[in-house]
Amino acid sequence: MLYSPQHTKENPRPDFHDLSRVVLGVFNQEEDMTDTDKVKQLEALATQRWRIALQLTLAMMVIYFGFILLVAYAKGAMGTQLVPGLSLGILLGALVIVAAWVLNWIYVRWANREYDEAIRRLGE
Amino acid sequence: MQTTLGQTNPVAILFFFLFISVTLGITYWAARRTRTTEQFYAAGRSVSGLQNGLALAGDYMSAASFLGIAGLVALSGFDGLIYSIGFLVGWPVVMFLIAEPLRNLGKYTFADVVAYRLRQVPVRSAAAVSTLAVVALYLIAQMVGAGNLIKLMFGLSYEVAVIIVGLVMLAYVLFGGMVATTWVQIVKAVLLLGGAFLLALLVLLHYGLNPLALFQDAVAKQGDKVLAPGGLVANPIDTLSLGLALMLGTAGLPHILMRFYTVPDAKAARTSVTWATLFIGFFYLVTFVLGFGAMTLVGPDVIRGIDKGGNMAAPLLAEVLGGTPFLGFIAAVAFATILAVVAGLTLSGAAALSHDIWVNVVRRGHVSEGEQLRVARTATLALGVVAILLGIAFKGQNVAFTVGLAFAIAASGNLPALVYSIFWRGFTTAGAVAAILVGTLSAVLLIYLSPTVQVDILKHAAPIFPLKNPGIISIPLGFLAGWLVSVLSREREAEERFLEVERRVHLGASEAG
Repeated sequence: MLYSPQHTKENPRPDFHDLSRVVLGVFNQEEDMTDTDKVKQLEALATQRWRIALQLTLAMMVIYFGFILLVAYAKGAMGTQLVPGLSLGILLGALVIVAAWVLNWIYVRWANREYDEAIRRLGE
Repeated sequence: MQTTLGQTNPVAILFFFLFISVTLGITYWAARRTRTTEQFYAAGRSVSGLQNGLALAGDYMSAASFLGIAGLVALSGFDGLIYSIGFLVGWPVVMFLIAEPLRNLGKYTFADVVAYRLRQVPVRSAAAVSTLAVVALYLIAQMVGAGNLIKLMFGLSYEVAVIIVGLVMLAYVLFGGMVATTWVQIVKAVLLLGGAFLLALLVLLHYGLNPLALFQDAVAKQGDKVLAPGGLVANPIDTLSLGLALMLGTAGLPHILMRFYTVPDAKAARTSVTWATLFIGFFYLVTFVLGFGAMTLVGPDVIRGIDKGGNMAAPLLAEVLGGTPFLGFIAAVAFATILAVVAGLTLSGAAALSHDIWVNVVRRGHVSEGEQLRVARTATLALGVVAILLGIAFKGQNVAFTVGLAFAIAASGNLPALVYSIFWRGFTTAGAVAAILVGTLSAVLLIYLSPTVQVDILKHAAPIFPLKNPGIISIPLGFLAGWLVSVLSREREAEERFLEVERRVHLGASEAG
């Protein structure tokens, strides 16, 4: 593929503007953007996805840094053996790994059920 | 105990040659599928979610985490778990914030995403600086690790080991591009997961398949303290800072990000992170068992006697449980691990040099397909030579800080720019350059002023900056610089094109077209 930007009046900065359009294969903006309903739906979906991404990221951070803070400031308690051989620290550590899997699963379930469906409707 | 470690081990050599022949065979097959730039950088976007999940795990599970964390657990018990967990919790962040938008918005490098609606030249130049810094630092750790390990395990000289790793890796990337690199990662991931699982199973069989019996035996032999936090977390702020860099750095590592371009669509990117998170989490849980197994069945004194850092804990454990043949197998797996990680790093560095710098900065996008591929291969060759030279130059040096620094740069320089470019309308070219450069430079500067460099390496009495890990300062600085400079330098065209970014992030390239 040879990059061949088209210089037009609307695009006064061919080096930057056209290049990324050609390189990244961008759709025809003017035509699609007239449909304001679709644009609103898209923006709502973008906001929803951002909110979910942020909430889940914060949840992971709270869980992980909670664990680190316990390790740092509650050494004694973390060393307590709940049953012989299993200290609280080891149990919580393994649970952080499980929590990462669970949060991942929550996201994937939302994305597969709701997000993909919303995308499909938008694409129609 | 008597160990044959360091002596010529015929089984290790057999497995090693078996691995090399299989992977070079794959490379020969892949070379015929590597005729276009898209095939070279992105394996023709034909890798499935499961395959990419394995390859991501292969890229991420370095010898440092296999041998290093097992060793850390074997010597200090619980503390090793802090690292294992830190390396895993970055993956959900990759999933929630980065994987799918990256796949839909970019082409070969993470700079594609940041530069999408911004001015190409400044953004790509800055991104290439941080990418090459991360790749070089990571390469130093891998090459020095390779030299030391192979010397310990096969009795080869350090330089010979470094040159072998460099040349074999070059063969994969140069001829087979991303197709070969992906399959090398998959083979390596399966071997490493299988080998570690088998070893852990042997440990647990020794304890009637009851991990608690293993931990109890560790307590009986080494005391209660092995199940509790210890000296490694002497400074809580430092531990938090390390945790922050580990967690947010994963989502900014160029060789990991590049893998998302190899799958056909965003949904496959989603599937691949799920698999990667499962494999990597499983691997770190297994490593924890290996560490405690090495503590009880080999013993910390024996492990320290072979290597002060404890890196030989897992191979020694293999020898105790499975004799010389199993040691040979694990040694070959460790070697394969290094080779695969180095190949992935080199490819992502080559993409930054050729796709970002040469094609989009020097030639402003006016480049023929043939020239792109030629430049990509030249950059690969150059980076391969650099990797070998770095390995030899840093022989005998303490390079423990380099991986931490690579994660800190990835988290402080790359992640803020990526997140802003995907989610924030008001992000500007100047803001992107500021985020990348401030994040990268502050991480480098703070590491230079830290105890790791000032006290451990330069032998000064006191460090200028008290923390070993810069993340807690440099990550907020990267985000702050990107926000502040963007607010001060509004860019109308970038704002107008944000709708285009949103469409593309959610609907993908084909649906939007």
